[in-house]
Amino acid sequence: MALPEQEILKGLGEIVDEIAGVPAADVTPEKSFVDDLDIDSLAMVEIAVAAQDKFDVEIPDEQLKDLKTVQDVITFIQK
Amino acid sequence: MSTTDVVVTGLGATTPVGEDVATTWSALLSGRSGIREIDADWAEELPVKIAGLAAQEPSERLERHRLRRLDRTQQFALIAAHEAWSDAGTPDVEPTRLGVVVSSGIGGILTTLDQYDIFREKGWRRVSPFTVPMLMPNSASGAVALEFTARAGAHAPVSACASGNEAIGNAIEMIRSGRADIVIAGGTEAAIHPLNIAAFASMRALSTRNDSPQTASRPWDTDRDGFVMGEGAGILVLESAEHAAARGARVYAVAAGKGYSDDAHDLVAPDPDGQVAAINAALADAEMTPADVAHINAHATSTPMGDVGETVAIRRALGDAATDNVAVTSTKSMTGHLLGGAGAVEAIATILTLHEGRIPPTINVETLDPEVVVDIVRDKARDLPASAVGALNQSFGFGGHNVAVAFRRH
Repeated sequence: MALPEQEILKGLGEIVDEIAGVPAADVTPEKSFVDDLDIDSLAMVEIAVAAQDKFDVEIPDEQLKDLKTVQDVITFIQK
Repeated sequence: MSTTDVVVTGLGATTPVGEDVATTWSALLSGRSGIREIDADWAEELPVKIAGLAAQEPSERLERHRLRRLDRTQQFALIAAHEAWSDAGTPDVEPTRLGVVVSSGIGGILTTLDQYDIFREKGWRRVSPFTVPMLMPNSASGAVALEFTARAGAHAPVSACASGNEAIGNAIEMIRSGRADIVIAGGTEAAIHPLNIAAFASMRALSTRNDSPQTASRPWDTDRDGFVMGEGAGILVLESAEHAAARGARVYAVAAGKGYSDDAHDLVAPDPDGQVAAINAALADAEMTPADVAHINAHATSTPMGDVGETVAIRRALGDAATDNVAVTSTKSMTGHLLGGAGAVEAIATILTLHEGRIPPTINVETLDPEVVVDIVRDKARDLPASAVGALNQSFGFGGHNVAVAFRRH
């Protein structure tokens, strides 16, 4: 059963705060990781690895580049 | 003063004896050692259980998310660079006229070793994507350039324990050649790790005076038994005299000249001839005579072999008459040996000696080695004569690298 969106958002916020120092409150679904949250490519890789652990999903490398917004990641994890 | 003169306008440091320049300098003048027991399980199985650990953890100064993507060498360098930049009055400079020369002797070796452990235990996917930019020897140089938007070039000369001093020499050249108006320069090291301790211990290079950390580093004492590893960084802001004058900057000293040589004799055993060549080259470059040298901050690490040879080199380079008027000290007696950070932290001590008129002591010299042929400042800080013109900072590294930098009173 898919995790509720709010739970994923909260988890992502914690990860982004820990790795990139962006306050969890700023991590909202419409935000783009690169353009809005100012997260670089290396931090993005680390965020993806942490998200895989936390939500027990596999994010293939070729998928990573398509995950541009917080909502993209939430949707991916729910699937 | 010619327009190509280079002056020192800012200082920053984080060392085993202090969290900044002020606390470091005060500890050095009062003869306080920063060597202590290594509080880690791994030290139990090693013959060396002491080190000059940083007086302040970088985690007290940098945000958590920055700590995880910066190797400890980078963390020390950034902390010291911020202090130096602020001390220089946060100069207004075109990014294309601002350079960086920040060295490390070993680079991000803690990252290398930690990530290798992760790789072996958990597989390649767990290796941090930040690993390469953290472990490369130019990592601190690049991080400082990024932090201060320095676009004139960022360099990282690597010459083992001479690295920090070579960085300052190269920064002088960078300004003189007109490539930059200001250069943030210095050295950093964070290599206190069981493998490094084991490696230096296997060379019999380290002191094993584990029961008395504060007396373990004892350059020129008959009972010296090796150096003590330290960690930290020293960063200087160097500036063309013209640029500094135009903005009314406070000047600590003139970075008057640098001299390099290589022993090409043995990879690890020093050769006084090579050291003489570096000292002579620094004086010539600074247009100073031996009589202008009132003080030397020696490399003197506290090894049985190196310390005395350096005093022989000093006498040979300066001549008897001049040497008799030179006060020589080793601040490593208190800080331990910061490897790639040593030359830069000692440059700061040399500059402050000229600026403040006080020479820090060499502590722990209970019985001076009878073969020492220079005037060692022992036990207590000493006044620098009011007539003093200049001072030398000397650093020598495995690989036969010799670097001397001459500073002149402003």
